[in-house]
Amino acid sequence: MNERIQEKLKILADAAKYDVSCSSSGGKRKNSNKGLGNAEGMGICHSYTEDGRCVSLLKILLTNFCIYDCAYCVTRKSNDIKRAAFTIEEVVDLTINFYRRNYIEGLFLSSGIFKNADYTMERLVRIAKKLRTEHKFNGYIHLKTIPGASEELIKEAGLYADRLSVNIELPSEVSLKNLAPEKNYAEILTPMGNISDQLQLSKDERKLFKAAPAFAPAGQSTQLIIGASKENDQQILTLSSNLYNSYNLKRVYYSGYVPVSEDSRLPSLVNPPIIRENRVYQADWLMRFYGFQVNEIVDDQNPDLDLEIDPKLAWGLRNLSVFPVEINTADYELILRVPGIGVKSAKKIVAARRFAPLSLEHLHKFGVVLKRARYFITCKGQSPESKDFTAEIIRRRILFGEGSVRNALVKQQLSLFAMAG
Amino acid sequence: MHYYTYDGSFEGLLSVIFEVYEHKAWPDKIDKQGQEQPGIFASSHHVLTDEAKAARVWNGLQKKLSESACTDLYKTYLWEQPGFEMLIFRYVELVFASKTNIEENFAEDCVRHISQISKQIFREKHRMEAFIRFQKTEDGLFYATISPDFNVLPLLKTHFQKRYADQAWLIYDVKRRYGLHYDLENVSFICLEEATVHAKTGASPANILSEKEPLYEMLWQTYFDHVNIPERKNKKLHLRHMPVRYWKYLTEKQARLQ
Repeated sequence: MNERIQEKLKILADAAKYDVSCSSSGGKRKNSNKGLGNAEGMGICHSYTEDGRCVSLLKILLTNFCIYDCAYCVTRKSNDIKRAAFTIEEVVDLTINFYRRNYIEGLFLSSGIFKNADYTMERLVRIAKKLRTEHKFNGYIHLKTIPGASEELIKEAGLYADRLSVNIELPSEVSLKNLAPEKNYAEILTPMGNISDQLQLSKDERKLFKAAPAFAPAGQSTQLIIGASKENDQQILTLSSNLYNSYNLKRVYYSGYVPVSEDSRLPSLVNPPIIRENRVYQADWLMRFYGFQVNEIVDDQNPDLDLEIDPKLAWGLRNLSVFPVEINTADYELILRVPGIGVKSAKKIVAARRFAPLSLEHLHKFGVVLKRARYFITCKGQSPESKDFTAEIIRRRILFGEGSVRNALVKQQLSLFAMAG
Repeated sequence: MHYYTYDGSFEGLLSVIFEVYEHKAWPDKIDKQGQEQPGIFASSHHVLTDEAKAARVWNGLQKKLSESACTDLYKTYLWEQPGFEMLIFRYVELVFASKTNIEENFAEDCVRHISQISKQIFREKHRMEAFIRFQKTEDGLFYATISPDFNVLPLLKTHFQKRYADQAWLIYDVKRRYGLHYDLENVSFICLEEATVHAKTGASPANILSEKEPLYEMLWQTYFDHVNIPERKNKKLHLRHMPVRYWKYLTEKQARLQ
C-alpha cells in the first residue's frame, strides 16, 4: 500500500512539475471555523528545489492518462511512460497530512484529460469540495481548468478554489495548431473569459452583499512556454499585456521549454532557455510594477529582449534623452524608470529627500545599483560621471568595465553557445 | 561617562531610557546585567524594571511614531546583537529631539539601521514560518524545534495560532530554551525539562512519534525529489533560498527513509 502510493506520487509529481506556477499568495480565506489552515495574505515558499524554484504547494496531477497528444507535453498520449491515477481520498489525505506538518501552503491540482473535459473537471472540483466542506480546510487551493470544461463546473470550481488557471502554453494559434492539433484557442480562451466574468460578477455582488460567496479570490493565471515555438518576445509580451488588460489575469507565468520529447516539430535545445525566460519575467515585472507599456519594452525594431542586459537598462539606453533624472526633485514614476533603481529604493528616495537633499552616498546605502544608475542620474545637480557617454559606451562599461563580474548565468550560457557553435 | 545595566527585558530597557531622561545623564553604553565590563566607566547605574516608567516611554513613542515604527523598535530588541540597546537609545533620542516624525529619515544612520534590522527580523520570522517542520507524536501533538538567528519566537504566535487552530502544537527554541505551546485553547510560552529534548539537535526520541509519522516524512521526501527538474539545476540559487544552516530541520534534507 505504502509503496503504491509512493510510486503514484513519483509519477504524478514528475508529470506536474513543468507547470511553473507555485504562488500561494493573494488568497483571503481566513480560518474562521476553527478548522485547518489559513490562506490570507502572503504566500510562503516552504522549500526550494535544487533548480532554485519555490515549493509552496503540493503540485500533482490527478492522473497522467490523457487523450490528447500535445507535442510539448510529457504526458501526451503517444509518450511511452508509466501512467497512474490517484483516488480522490489519496489526494485529500496527502494534502491534509502535508499541510499539518507545515510542508505546504496547499494543493495545486491539475490533470491529464481522461474520457472528456467535464468528466475530468468534475473530479478536480470534487476533491476541492471535499477538502473545504468535510475537512474544514482553509489552505490554498489552485485548480487547473480543463480546456473545454462547462461553465457550470468552472463556476463551482471557483467556489472552492483560491485560484483557477487555464494554460495557453503556446503563444500563438499557429503554433498551437502545429504542436497541439486537438486543442484550439477558443477552447482555452472561453473558460478564461468565463472565469474573468465570474470574478467581476462576484466582486460586484460582494460590494452589495458582503456574505455573497467569493469566487477564486486569488484570481486567475496562465502559463506560456518560451522557446518551444517560433514566437519572438514581442509576440509573447504583447499577448501577456492583452491578457492582463482584457482578462484581468493576476499572473502570466513563463516556462522555458525543457526538451521532453524528440519531435521533429520541436526545436532541439541543449539547455532550457533560462536567460531568455528570466528577461521575459523582468519585462513582465516592468509592465506590472514599473508603469511600462509593452511597446516601450519591445517594438518592431527590437522584437527580442537583449539577453546581456536587463530590459529596463535596454529601454534607458534607447531613451537617453529622458535622462539624467535629478534624484532630489524628479517624480516617483520617473525615478522608478532609472536603471538600477527598484521599487524599494525608489520609495526610500522619495521618503528620505523630504528631510535632507540626498547624495550618491545615500543612494548607495539605500541599495541602488550605482553601477547602472550612475549614467542616468544627477544628485543636487551634479552628475556622478564627468562626461556624457553614448549608449554603446555605457553598455560596454556596465557589461565589462571597472572590473565588473558578469552574470554567472550569462557566462555559462554564452560558453554553451560557443560550444554549440 | 554613564554606564547602565538592566535585567534584559524590553520593559527594563525602556526603564533605562526613562532614567536617562529623568537624570539627564546620557549613556555611553547599556548592557544586560551580568554582562558588565567593570572598571572603565566613571559612573554605572543598575536600573530596576518599572512597568509604569516603561509604559510612559512607550506611550511617548507611540505618540510620535507609527505603529510599525514602534514594532521595529521591539524587533531591534529581539535582534539581540551586540550594541542593540544603544541603537534603540539613539533612535529614541532622535524621535524625542524632533518635532516631526523621523521614521522615514533614512539619511540618518540609526533610522536606516533599524529599518534594515526590521527587514532581517522579518526575513528570519518568515523563514521560520516556511521551514518549521512538525512531527506528530503518539498523543497527537505536532512538535517542532528551531534555533533561529534572532529571537523571533514571540513573533510567530499569531501565524501558527491562525493556521493550526484544530491541532495541538509546540515550537521549541533549543538555543534560547523556551517554547510556544498551543493546547487547542490558548497559546503560551513554556520551558521544558532538559530530558525531553536532545540538547544539541532538539530531536525528540523517535519512540514517541506517531506510527504513521515516518510514512508522511518518506512521502514528502519522495515529492521533493520528484518535483525537481534536473536540466535546470542551479545550486547557487538553491542555497541562496535555503541556506545550509536551516537544513537540520528540513525533513526533505534528511537521509532518505524507505
